[in-house]
Amino acid sequence: MEYILEIKNLHKTFNKGTINEKVALDGVNLNLNPGDFVTIIGGNGAGKSTTLNAIAGVWDIDEGSIIIDGVDITRLNEHKRARYLGRVFQDPMTGTAATMSIEENMAIAARRGDRRGFRWGISKKEREQYKEQLKMLGLGLEERLSTKVGLLSGGQRQAVTLLMAALKKPKLLLLDEHTAALDPKTAAKVLEISDKLIEENHLTAMMVTHNMKDAIAHGNRLIMMHEGKIIYDVSGEEKKKLHVSDLLEKFEEVSGSEFANDRMMLS
Amino acid sequence: MLLNYFLSLDFSTFLRAMPGTAAQGMIWGIMAIGVYITYRILDFPDLTVDGSLATGAAVAVMMIQAGYHPAFVLIFSFLAGMAAGFITGILHTALGIPGILASILTQVSLYSVNLRIMGKSNQGIGLGNTNLVASARYITGEGSAFFFIKLILACLILVAIIYCFFGTELGASIRATGCNPQMARAQGINTNYTKVLALMISNGLVGLSGGILSQYQGAADVNMGRGAIVIGLAAVIISEVIFEKLYAGKKIAFAYSLMAVFVGAILYYVAYALVLWLKMPSDYMKLFSAVVVTIFLSIPYLKTRFPKKRRA
Repeated sequence: MEYILEIKNLHKTFNKGTINEKVALDGVNLNLNPGDFVTIIGGNGAGKSTTLNAIAGVWDIDEGSIIIDGVDITRLNEHKRARYLGRVFQDPMTGTAATMSIEENMAIAARRGDRRGFRWGISKKEREQYKEQLKMLGLGLEERLSTKVGLLSGGQRQAVTLLMAALKKPKLLLLDEHTAALDPKTAAKVLEISDKLIEENHLTAMMVTHNMKDAIAHGNRLIMMHEGKIIYDVSGEEKKKLHVSDLLEKFEEVSGSEFANDRMMLS
Repeated sequence: MLLNYFLSLDFSTFLRAMPGTAAQGMIWGIMAIGVYITYRILDFPDLTVDGSLATGAAVAVMMIQAGYHPAFVLIFSFLAGMAAGFITGILHTALGIPGILASILTQVSLYSVNLRIMGKSNQGIGLGNTNLVASARYITGEGSAFFFIKLILACLILVAIIYCFFGTELGASIRATGCNPQMARAQGINTNYTKVLALMISNGLVGLSGGILSQYQGAADVNMGRGAIVIGLAAVIISEVIFEKLYAGKKIAFAYSLMAVFVGAILYYVAYALVLWLKMPSDYMKLFSAVVVTIFLSIPYLKTRFPKKRRA
């Protein structure tokens, strides 16, 4: 079977040649099958978010290649890759345009990868579709299509961003700690929505999280990163049997450090 | 002495100046719409306008002198302004120069360009020319009402065009770029392209305003754009401080906010005329402009710092 994502030998060093030099990615290799939902865990600075940003093209990588559904996107600009990707960020403010309404934000997402011309920015038909999709969130947002996104709560904004990310059925959905800034109850709700969207749209997804319980409970595959490398990769039945204690053990084994210091403990 | 000063003031002269004040306000309002596009929609501090206003004026006057129709030459005022915006945009996006600095570089170089276009520091339009789209001569006497109706109509048409443009897919992508460039890129918007485009549209309007203004004044001057950005900002900020509450949340709030910019520009010129009427030397008028902008810029901030005390 053809891989939907092939990452080969990814390298990235920040602030090269300065005292702040930091090797963020040190030879990451990863292949995803269509429909894979991978959760990514690891300590601070392990390279989790950096991997997602490398795929999204936030900056150029030093070495390696990234292929999505057979297309080499390694040298494509961020906005050109966007047609293949759906992205949700840690900060709820990042994924939406605050001064624009819910429907306008969704209409912008609905045109991801298309030419934007002099047609009206949103059609009546779309509005009805968005209403239906917002209803699915169960947050009452379907009655507030023309509300400015800036007036929504963090959880509501994250839910809208998720919907926007899934709107064009991306080849790959990148969730970068998208529940970390939310309170536990809201985080659970947003995770539930994520699961639902991924399943209904048969999306391939990568989710970075600090919460090991979430990493075990969601998705069909789990990756642990450490110092810019993937050090543990487990899927299927084996993943289902995992416990938080297994992951802690694994982490201590490779890092040789007490894991208790890390905020990954909080779960 | 003070009494003599007040006795020397004649309110009717102030009132007589009103039509001219309003006309000037509306013409500068076109420039202020350009400033609104960069400052508010794109969130880009664009100082190009001080140069591109005079460029639009210079192009208009030179073409009128060459025998072209005054309405026709405005197309080229607009295009010249767009070219100026394009340069600022390229300096910023392709060469990575910070926005404000990129616009200063363009503004400074436009001074030389404008001198080159005109051949000297100012050029006039012959008094015999009767086809001008706007002129200080039109605001009094016969046909003045018709002139104002045309001017107001033109402003409303401009508001409608700008409103519709920013409602299109392309316009929405510019708004998204200004609001959250990271989100825009994640949604596949080429933010470099949208920035350059917005700067071009903005400075096109500034050039257009300069072209009309030169006809209104009967001349173009290489210094006529000096401080234009401050006047544009004054109009935008006055309109927001005074009118924003009235249209916030309304269905076509954006169209109202554009119209309010015109009213803001007119109010600015009313205040300007008032200060002149109070016999403040005209040398101080740039200082006056800066003070007006400072006051209106600081009001929203001071309101948050010193909220009204609640009753216990």
